[in-house]
Amino acid sequence: MDIFLQFDLPSILLGSLAALACGLLGNFLVLRKQALMGDAISHVVLPGIVLGFLFSHSTGSWAMMLGAGAAAIFAVLLIELIRRVGNVEPGAAMGVVFTTMFAAGVVILERTGTAGVHLDVEHALYGNLESAIWLDAYSLSDLWNWQALSTLPESIQQLFVVNLLIIAFIVLFFKELKISSFDPLLSASLGFSPKWLGLALIVMVAVAAVAAFSAVGSILVIAMFICPAATARMLTDNLKVQLVLSGIASLSAGLFGYLLAAFGPGLLGYEFSVSAAGMIAVVAGLQQLLAMLFAPHYGVIMRRRRQKKHAVA
Amino acid sequence: MHDRSPSGLHLLHDTDATKSVSPADLPFTVQGMTVAYHHKPVLWGVSYSAPKGCLTAIIGPNGAGKSTFLKAALGLIPKLSGETRIFGDPIEKGLKRIAYVPQRSAVDWDFPATAIDVVLMGLYGQIGWFRWPSRKHRQTALDCLKSVGMQDFANRQIGQLSGGQQQRVFLARALAQNAEVYLMDEPFAGVDAATEKAIVTVLRQLVAEGRTVLVVHHDLETVRDYYSHILLLNGQHVADGPVETTFTSENLQKAYGGRLASTQLDGLSQASGA
Repeated sequence: MDIFLQFDLPSILLGSLAALACGLLGNFLVLRKQALMGDAISHVVLPGIVLGFLFSHSTGSWAMMLGAGAAAIFAVLLIELIRRVGNVEPGAAMGVVFTTMFAAGVVILERTGTAGVHLDVEHALYGNLESAIWLDAYSLSDLWNWQALSTLPESIQQLFVVNLLIIAFIVLFFKELKISSFDPLLSASLGFSPKWLGLALIVMVAVAAVAAFSAVGSILVIAMFICPAATARMLTDNLKVQLVLSGIASLSAGLFGYLLAAFGPGLLGYEFSVSAAGMIAVVAGLQQLLAMLFAPHYGVIMRRRRQKKHAVA
Repeated sequence: MHDRSPSGLHLLHDTDATKSVSPADLPFTVQGMTVAYHHKPVLWGVSYSAPKGCLTAIIGPNGAGKSTFLKAALGLIPKLSGETRIFGDPIEKGLKRIAYVPQRSAVDWDFPATAIDVVLMGLYGQIGWFRWPSRKHRQTALDCLKSVGMQDFANRQIGQLSGGQQQRVFLARALAQNAEVYLMDEPFAGVDAATEKAIVTVLRQLVAEGRTVLVVHHDLETVRDYYSHILLLNGQHVADGPVETTFTSENLQKAYGGRLASTQLDGLSQASGA
């Protein structure tokens, strides 16, 4: 039991919380047809992360998060500026800003000698999920022991706070996010500036991306911004229900992804385990596939059946 | 500057030409508005004032800038020059008193929302930041759906409505906004006969309640039946005023140029004799 608590549970928590943070915000990205914004933002924030790291000298710190948020705001403003001054289309402006800022991040990383620490390419891709351990856990009762909980890895605590922030953001601005995503013109005319709301959303996305990024890597971050939201969209026409379902899909991908990665190969008789972050993304993709096939209204099978009925009638 | 005073002024002065009208009585006034897309001008120095409490059609050929006129006047797209006043106030302050109904293609109908969700959005301004709609707001939204004959579809996902039904949901949303000025961008485009009838009824109702309604309209055949006033655009202001005096073949010829066959013009202007 204590092995599960000390090694498996922290990884499951880390993976699930990272998935949840990205999965919830992903709903609005998908609805705004900005699904790849999560991907783009996770590149843009690199210079911010590195500068934050230089200030604070520790990974997973709030300084890195602040740097990331600032970098995201800077990127959005820069895109707007290039679009207006250069009179280029938004896609091109984004492409220029994202690649340039990522490259700038790489240069700062190289020149300041931070490259050797935690911010290397492998971690950026796959993250560091399995390294989360909770040595102070000995029994189940530690789960509600405040003192033991406070010794949870910092990255988990941070993700927990980030998730609370994101949930508060969505609950508080639910109506505003909804109207500015559906009809930006009406939103603007009613005084809910879609520009500011969009900027706030991007900043939250940057915060979620950074919090999740150091734990689970960019593959999972990108998958989680899109898959749970797209899965949930297949299952309901109600945005509130969709948000809840996407949360469930994120958490279940985190849980089952880790379990499959850690124990799946063992059950098949192999002596190794596979990357948990990669497996979580695979499970998220599988959930999406299942939803596309079997969803009650939008699933391929039900649509076929309805067509057949029409054909017979 | 423009050499002619906007028609709204004329109308209000019909009985007493000496007394000047306070700007606070002019629901919707645009001064010298110029808009360009990518350096190509779409609207040139358009000035116009909408007659209060009237149903006005904005007509003109394709590309005349009719939709652009509404969007630029509301500040929804950038303009090179010009200003809008709502009852004398600058547009930022006056937006609350306006309901704008965009073209149906302006939104994503696959959005996870039901008809009543969309109508509720019209009440968001009233509800204010951070608060969630209450049961009272839902009832108001339902009443608005009822007045366009859509109460039975309240809980239908909007993508599963027909084009006409979607347009009626948009209209119900505008009603929910309870505005004094209504600006509608082609509400009749591609709708069925039942919807067209429902929309006309609602527009007349709005005007009967003293509200000012401006509608971008495409079908010249119905202008005479539906509207009391028109604004003719073709990139510039061509003419505006009551239908009887303004909806003439000369004005139409000016706005449409060669794009209307002379037989069409004859048909439309003959009706003016009646």
